[in-house]
Amino acid sequence: MDQFTINLLFVGTSFALYIGIAIWARAGSTSEFYAAGRGVHPVTNGMATAADWMSAASFISMAGLIAFTGYDNSSFLMGWTGGYVLLALLLAPYLRKFGKFTVSEFIGDRFYSPTARLVAVVCLIVASTTYVIGQMTGVGVAFGRFLEVSNTTGLLIGACVVFAYAVFGGMKGVTYTQVAQYVVLIMAYTIPAIFISLQLTGNPIPALGLFGDHVASGEPLLAKLDAIVRELGFNEYTAHHADTLNMVLFTLSLMIGTAGLPHVIMRFFTVPRVADARWSAGWALVFIALLYLTAPAVGAMARLNITEMMWPNGGIEGGAVTVEQIENEARYDWMATWQKTGLLGWEDKNGDGAIQYYNDKNTDLQAIAAEKGWEGNELTNFNRDILVLANPEIANLPSWVIGLVAAGGLAAALSTAAGLLLAISSAVSHDLIKGSLNPNISEKGELMSARIAMAVAIAVATYLGLNPPGFAAQTVALAFGLAAASIFPALMMGIFSTKINNTGAVAGMLAGLGVTLLYIFLHKGWFFIPDTNSFTDADPLLGTIKSTSFGAIGAMINFTVAYIVSSMTKETPQEIKDLVESVRVPRGAGIAQDH
Amino acid sequence: MADNSSNNAYWSANIRIIIVSLIIWAVVSFGFGILLRPALSGISVGGTDLGFWFAQQGSILVFLGLIFFYAWRMNKLDAEHGVEEE
Repeated sequence: MDQFTINLLFVGTSFALYIGIAIWARAGSTSEFYAAGRGVHPVTNGMATAADWMSAASFISMAGLIAFTGYDNSSFLMGWTGGYVLLALLLAPYLRKFGKFTVSEFIGDRFYSPTARLVAVVCLIVASTTYVIGQMTGVGVAFGRFLEVSNTTGLLIGACVVFAYAVFGGMKGVTYTQVAQYVVLIMAYTIPAIFISLQLTGNPIPALGLFGDHVASGEPLLAKLDAIVRELGFNEYTAHHADTLNMVLFTLSLMIGTAGLPHVIMRFFTVPRVADARWSAGWALVFIALLYLTAPAVGAMARLNITEMMWPNGGIEGGAVTVEQIENEARYDWMATWQKTGLLGWEDKNGDGAIQYYNDKNTDLQAIAAEKGWEGNELTNFNRDILVLANPEIANLPSWVIGLVAAGGLAAALSTAAGLLLAISSAVSHDLIKGSLNPNISEKGELMSARIAMAVAIAVATYLGLNPPGFAAQTVALAFGLAAASIFPALMMGIFSTKINNTGAVAGMLAGLGVTLLYIFLHKGWFFIPDTNSFTDADPLLGTIKSTSFGAIGAMINFTVAYIVSSMTKETPQEIKDLVESVRVPRGAGIAQDH
Repeated sequence: MADNSSNNAYWSANIRIIIVSLIIWAVVSFGFGILLRPALSGISVGGTDLGFWFAQQGSILVFLGLIFFYAWRMNKLDAEHGVEEE
């Protein structure tokens, strides 16, 4: 069997499994559609949250960004896990006690204002749609590779699959399907990592192998990697090169955003008790940590393997890989396969029959290049998003592992895209239409408008996914910034302060979202349309603060504006203060009310 | 509300636990992982230093510990103040 057939087999089988489960657990009523009748055990819920959470950004994109940048991209690791601490301590138990279905319902009730609810819906839709764009980027990469078509064709096919898949069922179907997806994606992520860790370090646990010794040289793996990339003029892998302020703000932005994203918060509405909401966040992080502790090992080991492949004879002295080797040797087959997707490219610029991979911006290397007759880096294109999917091929692992990784990458992208589309559709049908535009809509009409909202969201995301504002994880980071600046502060102030009133909350959310969106559009183009930007992240408007890091500042603006406006306007009424008091204690948390 | 004073004691105990937990949360990530990394550079771990380990793995392990500690501590606190779910 050739690789293509094996990939199809793995992807086909896993899809049949998810669809089977979705049919078996089909949603009947609206209550089941949104929150699975609140009968989900904390461990099950944690696993589903993990699948929902770990998207194309975590699975496909993150290790690639770490691999090519090293320590400086640790922000992704700390940011996307540290947010769960905020979620568990500051939001989850209280929102469960409050006992409604959506985040905007809480904001609408706590700030006793339909306007607040409407503004929250807009914030949710903006953040979730940006997030889906990032997912579609990953879906395009994964489908492009496993169907062996161009990235664009892959994206269009993927969009159809995501749509068909998300329309199938509601949360209940999604909850159990996501448990299955978690199992597939975690196996797909860790099995190749275990193989590679054994090859390189002899340690079967990648997280420990990362800090172990490199078998071939006897040196510590990370010291070896530092030495190899330094020779080629790249930044040392473990050293801190990034601007510290930007790194801190970026990490904070990802953390706060994690606790402000509707599709994750919604998960904590589905556990039976307040006590379970606290445990659930912990279980979710256990399952997430399995991937996040492995990811830095995947990144470092892949970087080492790729670099050694481009210089197969022991560094610059031994000479670069030849074009003939790439075309003929089986272990370089992955390069030809990925070239077809348009995401990997090389060019023998100086016509010496070899491909020199080095940092042509580094002055020391420019001197060596001049002496040796190199005319620039010849590995001209290496899309960061292909690294995880290409990794088992690069390490020459058995073909079933490659098939498994293809299935895992798709599981990650699909599960999150489905969860987000559910959040968007419930925001539109439940909060926007039923909550304010047409309160008398029938259950059937509500479900129908939910599905139309899904279709529109996916069309927009696909269109923008064709020219994404960055690699999958970078686009997703923008979505986190938007959630951090708008939703999280409103939720936190709603629980921890009785002082913040309706006007304050609305002003805060609008200011946070508005300023952050403006900053992002100025750097990434208006509505993410290419070439409409006035600044770039290499030379940002404010000092060293990139658009991906601005969410933390947006959140501070939100807090400040809400506080100032609240102190100048009418005090929160007594019944709302009582509501806040009741949200703070677990006693009396019955099953949730649908109005 | 009759048990208002007990609720207030419960709430301020909760706030104290949250503040201590968040200090630890910030120290292991923003502290050891980023800002204090130079100060920890003397302690070497597998070819690099302790700060690198905290940034890529240590902080995640501490986050896990914090969430489970908080869940356990709060569920106990609920019972102590008689505000647990029936």
